[in-house]
Amino acid sequence: MTTAVLPLDLLDLDALLTDEEREIRAVVRRLVDDKVRPHVAGWYEHGHAPVRELARDFGAQGLLGMHLTGYGCAGTSAVAYGLACLELEAADSGVRSLVSVQGSLAMFAIWRYGSEEQKQRWLPGMAKGELIGCFGLTEPDHGSDPAGMATRARRDGSDWVLDGGKMWITNAPVADVAVIWARTDDGVRGFAVPTDTPGFTAREITGKLSLRASATGEIVLDGVRLPDEARLPGAEGLRAPLSCLTEARYGIVWGALGAARDCLHTALDYAVHRTQFGKPIAAFQLTQAKLADMALELQKGWLLALHLGRTADRGALRPEMVSAGKLNNVREAIAIARQCRTILGANGVSGEYPVLRHANNLESVLTYEGTSEIHQLVLGQRLTGIAAFG
Amino acid sequence: MKIVVLVKQVPDSGAERNLRADDNSVDRASANNVINEMDEYAIEEALRLQEAHGGEVTVLTMGPDRATESIRKALSMGPDGAVHVLDDALPGTDYLGTSRVLAAAIGTLSPDLVICGAEATDARGQVMAHMLAERLGFAALTGARKLTVEGAQLTVERQTEEGYEVVTAATPAVVSVWDTINEPRYPSFKGIMAAKKKPVDTKSLADLGVSADQVGWGGSATTVLSHSKRPARSAGVKVTDSGEGGVALVDYLSSEKFV
Repeated sequence: MTTAVLPLDLLDLDALLTDEEREIRAVVRRLVDDKVRPHVAGWYEHGHAPVRELARDFGAQGLLGMHLTGYGCAGTSAVAYGLACLELEAADSGVRSLVSVQGSLAMFAIWRYGSEEQKQRWLPGMAKGELIGCFGLTEPDHGSDPAGMATRARRDGSDWVLDGGKMWITNAPVADVAVIWARTDDGVRGFAVPTDTPGFTAREITGKLSLRASATGEIVLDGVRLPDEARLPGAEGLRAPLSCLTEARYGIVWGALGAARDCLHTALDYAVHRTQFGKPIAAFQLTQAKLADMALELQKGWLLALHLGRTADRGALRPEMVSAGKLNNVREAIAIARQCRTILGANGVSGEYPVLRHANNLESVLTYEGTSEIHQLVLGQRLTGIAAFG
Repeated sequence: MKIVVLVKQVPDSGAERNLRADDNSVDRASANNVINEMDEYAIEEALRLQEAHGGEVTVLTMGPDRATESIRKALSMGPDGAVHVLDDALPGTDYLGTSRVLAAAIGTLSPDLVICGAEATDARGQVMAHMLAERLGFAALTGARKLTVEGAQLTVERQTEEGYEVVTAATPAVVSVWDTINEPRYPSFKGIMAAKKKPVDTKSLADLGVSADQVGWGGSATTVLSHSKRPARSAGVKVTDSGEGGVALVDYLSSEKFV
């Protein structure tokens, strides 16, 4: 028997990374091994993760808003941020979601569209993980079609008054600040809402069978009165929140590969040690075919992610490229997770192994930040010039 | 306070390590080379002192070109800069020669404090701190599990097999530390990115005023004449317990001088 090679080492893809990128990845891997892996199965089982504690640990490392500049952010490359997302999601998609929402949705919205005062007020604390942010765009009745949002912001003297509700909002139950998108007479506008503002409530959504190690909430806005200084002055129209989603979606392109890698490592190890019919199941051709196909898809997805990352670092990344990345990598990741489950047989459904946890998490990842179907429509529109939405 | 931290690049102690057949030296070319683990504790201690008392932390490494990787890793934890002693005459240098070179390099930096790991995982000599203190005329506070600084006064809890000793000295001093002294930080992302911009001053033997015949194979006072592989692990002793198992176990432990 020749020496076994890990799936992502087959093509020596690491040679495409810089020393600095490998070092950042090594630090995240170590942090995840220390702070997440030993506990995450328990968090998932109990449907509760210590979000504040994790945010402080991640913040101390520089993970939160790592690809942003100034205000205490590290200012890494997009590729380094992607590698961090991969390592985080190799532990759990819910933990990666915490970091995506904090850095790429809440912090990015304020960093990109906020006033200097808003940036000074929120970003340094959010980068440290002392303040937690969430991002409210999706509503109970408006998911893929956010243009139809029902949440409204109306002027009252110099103030704004917000009424409505947001659904499936990651980090909402523990957030200090919520970036809320609402319809006004002049189109969609964004607001940085302190969560202790009267009329703001966030209820935790329980009973999820996916992303159980992540805090998800429903936000109710009942006459939330805000000064005009809470409005994000740079954000005009739906394009602003959609640009934030492109940021976060980029992290998912990498992250999903982490979940797939963890499943594949688990299945490989299992296949080598599990004996049936007098030999390891890894010695059966059907198992090897599965493993080879999964390793191929994992590496193709990684190359795609790296291409998007390098393109982002050149400043040339277009939203439809990220749609292509998310569509492919999440779809392949969930296929890998399910295939790995078959290699583990009955043990695949046990919480002792991470495989079904990853597969269940990826059901959410497949849907949030733009469903696979919407990304197909985005690509279809680019290919044909015809929008098939609605 | 001006602090110099000694950092050595060593073969990863978690992997198989070898000595070279031709000159009995550590095979570094084929090994995965990393920062000596104990040195990370030395760096952490220096950074904590800097955070509390201000000053400057400089990393000092003697080693080949590829030691640059370890220097950058050390700098990513937070030190301000590094000195890399690099010279073609250095391979083969023993403890005495190394201490001569490092003492000369430390002399150019005039630190208040030199901190190093108590041992390196490759040779495990535990002598460098003593040799440097002797050559520099500094106090030697070795094997520390705790270090307290008040002005120019240093207090160290010195780890011993039975417990610890409290020893004090005034700066300048060389302090060697064990891994019980702190928990080294992870390099932050900002630290990793800043590390490549930090100054690394490369010095040759000529820069330090050390002559080439005082180092290397020729200048070493000690020579490794030969080496052999550790014998393969032999099969253990199996004790079948028929009521006398405990006695047999203690007899065995006693014969091996464990009890």
